[in-house]
Amino acid sequence: MGPYDRGMPAHISRDDVAHVAKLARLAVDDHELDTFTAQLAAILDHAEDVEALDLADVPPTSHPYPLVNVLRPDAPGATLTSAAALAGAPQAEDGRFRVPTILGEAP
Amino acid sequence: MSPTAIELAASIRSGERSAADVVEAHLGAIEASEPSIHAFNTVTADQARAAAAEVDRAIAAGEPVGPLAGVPIAVKDNLCTNGVATTCSSRILEGWVPPYDATVVQRLAAAGAITVGKTNLDEFAMGSSTENSAFGPTRNPVDLSRVPGGSSGGSAAAVAAGFAPLSLGSDTGGSIRQPAAFCGVVGVKPTYGLVSRYGLVAFASSLDQVGPFATTVADAALLLEVIAGHDPADATSIPQPAPVISAHLDDGVAGLRVGLITELMGEGIAPDVAARVREAADALAAAGATMEEVSVPAVTYGLSAYYLIAPAEASSNLARFDGVRYGLRVDAPTTHEMMVATRTAGFGPEVKRRIMLGTYALSAGYYDAFYGQAQKVRTLICRDFAAAYERFDVLLSPTTPTTAFELGAIEDPLTMYLNDICTIPTNLAGDAAMSVPFGTDASGLPVGVQVLAPALGEVPMFQVAAAIEAAAPTAGKDAR
Repeated sequence: MGPYDRGMPAHISRDDVAHVAKLARLAVDDHELDTFTAQLAAILDHAEDVEALDLADVPPTSHPYPLVNVLRPDAPGATLTSAAALAGAPQAEDGRFRVPTILGEAP
Repeated sequence: MSPTAIELAASIRSGERSAADVVEAHLGAIEASEPSIHAFNTVTADQARAAAAEVDRAIAAGEPVGPLAGVPIAVKDNLCTNGVATTCSSRILEGWVPPYDATVVQRLAAAGAITVGKTNLDEFAMGSSTENSAFGPTRNPVDLSRVPGGSSGGSAAAVAAGFAPLSLGSDTGGSIRQPAAFCGVVGVKPTYGLVSRYGLVAFASSLDQVGPFATTVADAALLLEVIAGHDPADATSIPQPAPVISAHLDDGVAGLRVGLITELMGEGIAPDVAARVREAADALAAAGATMEEVSVPAVTYGLSAYYLIAPAEASSNLARFDGVRYGLRVDAPTTHEMMVATRTAGFGPEVKRRIMLGTYALSAGYYDAFYGQAQKVRTLICRDFAAAYERFDVLLSPTTPTTAFELGAIEDPLTMYLNDICTIPTNLAGDAAMSVPFGTDASGLPVGVQVLAPALGEVPMFQVAAAIEAAAPTAGKDAR
């Protein structure tokens, strides 16, 4: 089978992939961009069967069971210590996670 | 044939064998065959020996012990284990040591089970062959040139190879059932909410469910009874106690109504696989079940809906891996650059592909066409299953379209996704399903029959599975 044999991708362009990579905080080089664009286009082409259905009157299902808020009594209980929570951090300082500079960077 | 978990537990409780002896025998099997199989990311030999000594002490002292006291178990490496590295087979979590146990891991310990190691998986449970692990693939113990399936390939291989009689996996679109079928073992995807997800590293939260692998249906039932039941730490946990399954395994299938799913028996299903499923159906009919074919039309849309919904949820869940709180950090001058550098270096290609696909499906302008539409299809699948379960107690299908394929045989992502066509619909509906070995194909590779049940239909599901197991032709190739 040739999932990429359907000509130009109908659903997702190279620019789209570059855009979502940026949104997802992933750097992709030119070669990866070509590969990912072809692969994502093939997957989205396959989803055409679903896209084509007329489902205007069908409600969406986000979850298999109706979700309700689950509350517990507001009582103190055992929690992780600050040291345990920070133990896996790449960098910590004074009981907090330490990160590089955040001010002045591009959004 | 290695002893079952139930046999081991009985011999340890009676004092016939010590837990130490049982654990040493399994660690010995691991030492002998693990280099050629690679089921584990971590083998916890020292902890296992210490836990076995504690079980032996308790038994010698006449203290009550749990139903799995002294029984070795392997745990998928996406379940958090306090003090033991939990990697999800990803560079981004390499070396991370959780500060707490997943609820299921706590329940295993309370039942006396002894964890012998953390098993390999497709990175973040995304894959169908365990070839997406950052730490190298697992091989199928039945045939080392073939994949064990995935994503819980290490857990399936560990049981098939006799490294442990039991293991835990997680199933988001078939990740327990498909490797169980490929390795010739039993694998169960319980009803969504029956088993706690607390401490399971999230992939797609509305689909993920933890479940057992075992060599027998009875062992799988016992393990499910141990891990199931309400957990206040998981808001989606069903507020009911664990079901009683084992006591009903021998009740038989007389009078049970079983439907063979027409849509999953035709195009794309290997003839040998379809033949074994029909033979299993005939065996059920001979055992007194009512067998009929039933159409569940919307299952044919499952794959498309799943590969929009699961990546969408994954793109959100995996945003937490940003180099700040745990795991890998690649240093860079600003936090933004650090996050990009960390995620780019830490995630493998399949994870990046799904994050980007999910981000796209959720993005402005495409949300309605893709994610919204997929959620509506999910409603259709729920409705069609509900209609089928008005007429049938359980449904039957192949677990996988083919038997295990060779390592490296499938490189195209979409072709790999087709492995999951029979298993995905159950996750979308939140129902239960399990895979039971039933014979082999012409090459001697195991075939899995899938038994599907409505939500909380575990008892009839296991009854039918037990009848299929009883009727199964004796296994072909034996790895041991």
